[in-house]
Amino acid sequence: MRPFTYERATSVEDALARHDGETYYLGGGTNLVDLMRLGVETPSRLVDVAHLPHDRIQLTPDGSLVIGAAVSNSALAADRTVRESHPVLAQAVLTGASGQIRNLATVGGNLLQRTRCSYFQDADKPCNKRNPGSGCPAREGEHHNLAILGHSEACVATHPSDMAVALVALNASVRVQGRAGEKAIPMEEFHRLPGDEPERDTVLEPGDLVTAIEVPPLGMPSKYRKVRERASFAFALVSIAAALEVDGGVVRDVRLALGGVAHKPWRARRAEEALLGSAATRESFAIAAEAELAGAEPLRDNAYKVPLARNLIIQTLAELGEATA
Amino acid sequence: MTERLEAREKVTGTARYAFEYPVENVAYAAAVQASVGRGEIVAVDTEAAMALPGVLAVLSHENAPELNDHADGELALFQSPKVSYRGQFVAAVVGETLETAREAARRVRVEYAAEPPDVRLRTDHPGLYKPDVVNPVYPSDTEQGEPEEGFDGSAVRVDVTYRTPAEHNNAMEPHTTLAQWNDDGGLTLYDSTQGASGVRRIVAELFGLDGAQVRVVAPHVGGGFGSKGTARPSVVLAAMAARVVGRPVKFAVPRQQMFATTGYRTPTIQRMRLGADDDGHLTAILHDVFEQTSTVKEFAEQTATPTRVMYRAPNRRTSHRLVRLDVPTPSWMRAPGETPGMYALESVMDEVAVASGIDPVELRIRNDTDREPESGLPFSSRNLVACLQEGAARFGWADRDPAPGARREGRKLIGMGVAASTYPAYMQPNRASARAEPDGTFTVRIAAADIGTGARTALALIAAETLKADLHAVTVELGDSSLPRASTAGGSSGTASWGTAVVRACEALRAKLNSGSGGRGGSSPHMEDGGSGGRGGSSPHMEDGGSPGHGGSSAHTENGAVPPEGIEASADTTEEVKGRDKYARHAFGAQFAEVEVDVDTGEVRVRRLLGVFAAGRIINPRTARSQFIGGMTMGLGMALMEESVMDEEFGDFLNRDLAQYHVPACADVRDIDAIWVEESDPHLNPMGSKGIGEIGIVGTAAAIGNAVHHATGVRVRTLPITPGRLLPHL
Amino acid sequence: MDSEITPVHADITLVVNGREHRLSVDTRSSILDVLRETLGLTGSKKGCDHGQCGACTILIGGRRANACLALAVAHDGADIVTVEGLADGGRLSPIQEAFIEQDAFQCGYCTPGQLCSATAMLDEVDQGWPSAVTDDLGSEPVLNDDEIRERMSGNLCRCGAYVGIVAAVRQAAQAERREAAEA
Repeated sequence: MRPFTYERATSVEDALARHDGETYYLGGGTNLVDLMRLGVETPSRLVDVAHLPHDRIQLTPDGSLVIGAAVSNSALAADRTVRESHPVLAQAVLTGASGQIRNLATVGGNLLQRTRCSYFQDADKPCNKRNPGSGCPAREGEHHNLAILGHSEACVATHPSDMAVALVALNASVRVQGRAGEKAIPMEEFHRLPGDEPERDTVLEPGDLVTAIEVPPLGMPSKYRKVRERASFAFALVSIAAALEVDGGVVRDVRLALGGVAHKPWRARRAEEALLGSAATRESFAIAAEAELAGAEPLRDNAYKVPLARNLIIQTLAELGEATA
Repeated sequence: MTERLEAREKVTGTARYAFEYPVENVAYAAAVQASVGRGEIVAVDTEAAMALPGVLAVLSHENAPELNDHADGELALFQSPKVSYRGQFVAAVVGETLETAREAARRVRVEYAAEPPDVRLRTDHPGLYKPDVVNPVYPSDTEQGEPEEGFDGSAVRVDVTYRTPAEHNNAMEPHTTLAQWNDDGGLTLYDSTQGASGVRRIVAELFGLDGAQVRVVAPHVGGGFGSKGTARPSVVLAAMAARVVGRPVKFAVPRQQMFATTGYRTPTIQRMRLGADDDGHLTAILHDVFEQTSTVKEFAEQTATPTRVMYRAPNRRTSHRLVRLDVPTPSWMRAPGETPGMYALESVMDEVAVASGIDPVELRIRNDTDREPESGLPFSSRNLVACLQEGAARFGWADRDPAPGARREGRKLIGMGVAASTYPAYMQPNRASARAEPDGTFTVRIAAADIGTGARTALALIAAETLKADLHAVTVELGDSSLPRASTAGGSSGTASWGTAVVRACEALRAKLNSGSGGRGGSSPHMEDGGSGGRGGSSPHMEDGGSPGHGGSSAHTENGAVPPEGIEASADTTEEVKGRDKYARHAFGAQFAEVEVDVDTGEVRVRRLLGVFAAGRIINPRTARSQFIGGMTMGLGMALMEESVMDEEFGDFLNRDLAQYHVPACADVRDIDAIWVEESDPHLNPMGSKGIGEIGIVGTAAAIGNAVHHATGVRVRTLPITPGRLLPHL
Repeated sequence: MDSEITPVHADITLVVNGREHRLSVDTRSSILDVLRETLGLTGSKKGCDHGQCGACTILIGGRRANACLALAVAHDGADIVTVEGLADGGRLSPIQEAFIEQDAFQCGYCTPGQLCSATAMLDEVDQGWPSAVTDDLGSEPVLNDDEIRERMSGNLCRCGAYVGIVAAVRQAAQAERREAAEA
């Protein structure tokens, strides 16, 4: 690990002022310290933002949640309001990592964690995300758990967060403080597809600091389901965040997002469009899933993710449909 | 049911492992790994590394001390510019702190003349060859009758190929050494090893030392599962670094580096052909194995050897073909040979059962044998049938509908599978000493290893029984090469081998206590009745403890009074081991699995796993059960998640950490239990015990795979059975 | 280029098992390395150094955490409990007792992390924290075996002592409940 200075930010303004080209903000450090030890990230300065007063979860009068960026994953998942109003969010967080990591990890850091693609994590190998222009060996190499949607020649990585998948389904937005002032970025636009700039995971500008996440009210049953290669403490092969409102056997409202399939949490807009107003049956769920996955471009060894995602969409919606019918 | 003697130390954090010995002025080493898969080092640029404050030395082939040649080429650390595989250690840094050493290692720039590595195991590789022997000394190929013709003429024929991936031991404690050169030129190594005596010998050879100049200390070892059975490059690195900087040096292999430098189980491709008559009697068994080794050293996994042991059939063949690839050298991993081989054999047995319409338990019983099929030797004991029957009764096997896919609960398919287990009962020569003190306590000394097996406790029980003493009066000292020389904790031979030496030493001590001759220093008594009770065969040669303090004392009496300086006796079992009668000695078992398969996702969860074993006399039921269950848990990992993926472009294992190489987590393990059938076998050793450390993993993967087939009708012949492999077929 | 190569040090205070330590630490040092290499508290183990095995689990401010991922400099003033601090003098904690009784370990290397993790996990349950297998997030979680298994999954054990670990945690939880009921 390269030597670095450590500074504890006293305010948002202070944090922004301390940020320069080789600065990283430090939250819980559960991914950043890991990557620094691998030599993948080499900051010269860490500005600790975990002690800023962003450690609260507030319920606004309209029923929205405002979750501070420094809230720990554990605190978010344990919060009574979150569990009752947005269970999909609590469930997603609880399927991520382990109890002890969730205690350290922050909400802001969770959004900004990097892909677990093997090539990205090995500083001695080419990787366009880590070293732009060096190539993507994953495309022809080991990619059984990489992207089937929205990937590019340059990058086939997936985003590893579970929480972010739920947030995308919930129409959340990210509050960001930057040099140009405060802005709110819809979660669906927060993470990027790789295109020819896979080194950029998000739309954040240098120095931008995530301060909070705002989650509008949900008001319908929701659920998170994650499929992985061991029963716990593993990243998703495919995951799904879903919410469904059925009235008189007809889909009135639906939210669907997939994890483990793309460079960003994948909002299944095509499936949602196909579902709205249709009968809440396995048949229409299947049609919707097909509509979404028609655009899938599986790689040599990850085609199984297409039926996996399809089945998850159908089954999760069916379970939510039974719960609301 | 005896608690581990070191239990309290382990739950209070006071049990010391290799990295944790307090030594003055210690420095830290960090290693640089080759970033090409094959080639030569052209230049090592150490300038950026040496520029860091606190860097003491950078070692590479350009400046490393010369080592003596050794048969294990992996230990020729920094002796040549050749790169044999990606991830091989090519340089090391010694620094004042961990952080300095690691950062400096990152800054060492190595230039290579690289060639593309050849790393893919395949059955048509032109480099495939027949090794002279497979591990440890078995013939590569065997043949009886007319295998091909016998198979072709069988009423029921199954011809299938199974594949197992590379797997890594991944003990929780990384391979670690603290090396300290002493003023007298001697070397002390605090080492995470399964065999202190073996490491002492190897390190002494490499560094040109007398064996007595090297001391290896390892009272607590954080698991090994074979990977710490032989000296690894890491111990050489620490010793070399300590010599160069003239200070004690600590080196723990980072988890990521373990995947290239601490051994792994070879991947295998196994063509299985089984023929049977209409009644399910096997007529032909052909087991042809393809596996890999490195260009550094031959390691020939004995994958087909269990097939020579298990079932009767007139026409049979086993073969092993090896190819030298540009990969790290495979090494020992829990039940080497038996684990991959029995996965294939016990899976194809299930296929024969399905093809012939015979219950899989019954099929195995029908093909049982009282003589080892290929050697013709009688088994010293073989209770496979009892294990199968006991397990079937307890598991509710009779309620199983043989039709695949018949049992469904909601979105889950439920299935049950069975497989047999086996593992040889090896025995190695050993030395041990036993000592009596006037206060009524005893100390048993042997350079054995307790890597979590419960060896310390088992040996204390064995000693207490032999001495007819209270367990609490017995102290066992182990894990130190300065103790009487011991074999490695490997091949499930520890308790049998060390225990025999302990019994003989304790018997000798008792004889001294009873005869009143114990105080005669310098005498070398031959124990005429050493093998008393007809339990163990030939009489051992006893060595005297040789403590000069014994001489002249005659304070003790025939009823056991001990002089102030104590009485000591020792034993060497070399002759006893050589003189064993000709028997086929193996433990057997049967494993039963119940799985649920999610029809939407292909996720497999093991609901229940029961192992029934016949492994001679069980010395300590508490730790034995843990051993069996631990092996079965690793077998569950093998079945469902463990796979080291070779990067065919770059030539190293891609998933080189514990987030990507999945070992079972707590949530994967639901109801696992292990029991055993009584087995009295007079042909083993004085305890009547067979090894239990490895048989637990043998057959587990087959039982689970067979259960998956029963649940779904899908036969996945490539491990592990992940959603990606299973779902497309559901 | 000194900033490239010169370690940066910071003065911090850590309270470990009730004892205060004033330390000058390299900003790169994890709490784990400070415990093991500086303070000689080697009970906490290094299995992976990346938060993937849980052998280094300690309590920071009463909550379990991976000491390998926690930079010491970022935890100035933290109140830490390690495995060395679980027993009350010579008296083992209920979790430690139960681990021995259930033979919940073999090699012992993951054990300190398991013990710290289990200790804090029982407290999380008492606080009503749910897990990924809690059916109804609106309800109070009940600590059945599935809950124990899920909640203990951040602590890998390669010896495969999970059956004993679950039994030990169950036993300790019952003992605590009995104690609470009697108090």
